[in-house]
Amino acid sequence: MNLGPHANFIIAAYVIAALVIIGLIVWVELDNRAQRRHLKNLHAQGVTRRSGPTP
Amino acid sequence: MAIIDLANPTRFLNLAHRALPWLIEITGALFVVGLYLVYGAPDDYQQGATVKIMFIHVPSAWLGMFGWLLMSIAALGTLVWRHPLADVAAKAAAPIGASFTFLCLVTGALWGRPMWGTYWVWDARLTSVLILFLMYLGVIALWRTVEDPSRAARAAAILTLVGAINLPIIKFSVDWWNTLHQPASVIRLGGPSIYPTILVPLLVMALAFTLLFVTLHVAAMGNEILRRRVRALMLMQAQSAPGSGE
Repeated sequence: MNLGPHANFIIAAYVIAALVIIGLIVWVELDNRAQRRHLKNLHAQGVTRRSGPTP
Repeated sequence: MAIIDLANPTRFLNLAHRALPWLIEITGALFVVGLYLVYGAPDDYQQGATVKIMFIHVPSAWLGMFGWLLMSIAALGTLVWRHPLADVAAKAAAPIGASFTFLCLVTGALWGRPMWGTYWVWDARLTSVLILFLMYLGVIALWRTVEDPSRAARAAAILTLVGAINLPIIKFSVDWWNTLHQPASVIRLGGPSIYPTILVPLLVMALAFTLLFVTLHVAAMGNEILRRRVRALMLMQAQSAPGSGE
């Protein structure tokens, strides 16, 4: 594929798009793991939605 | 099942858990097809090969606006019905919308340099999109500043609805003012003005980007629901700790 005299601009646009999209996917995945880890730790300590202080 | 039944965080999480694998596969397949069509698309008679930047610039621009529209609808859900899932939807959409708006600005600049001879001009379309990006950053900052999620949601909802005024300005800026940016060429009266060999890859890429947005949004909403559960449990733990006064 011949991208012509402005190939650098085209390649830069696609590389930046790929980086932004990969960044979003990584952010969502890492956030998911972090929240699940927090929940697991809290459950391990016996803190659940039904373990609140009794009145 | 009524639509309103889906507006339950637990039910939403279950639904998202089942839908996400499908969304990921369909999005991936659409990107493969879209990029294949982009690879085979001919050069434009004026732009040459730089038209290939349009296949990511146009969908990014559309999603930047779509993200804010989604947040505006969610803002109504927050202010009118005070539904927590509306808060979750708005908060989860902001970073994704901001990312696509950023991508729109950067790819536009990279297209503008060889075509216009400059990365940036202060014309109405470019400036209004830059304002959209800054508003996204403002909403994200607001969410992070106010600790109580429901208070943050109400403040962010008001800012979002005020910012929604910018959406028609972005859309019609090329008609209302004399801009360097070209007028609408896909969604316009009289139909698209683009030749099918370029229009078809553009529409497939737009669909792939849109499904990517939806997939990321559903996943981010799930994360936000989990974050609120963690917060609630930590508050519960703090209240039941010795010396907390409970």
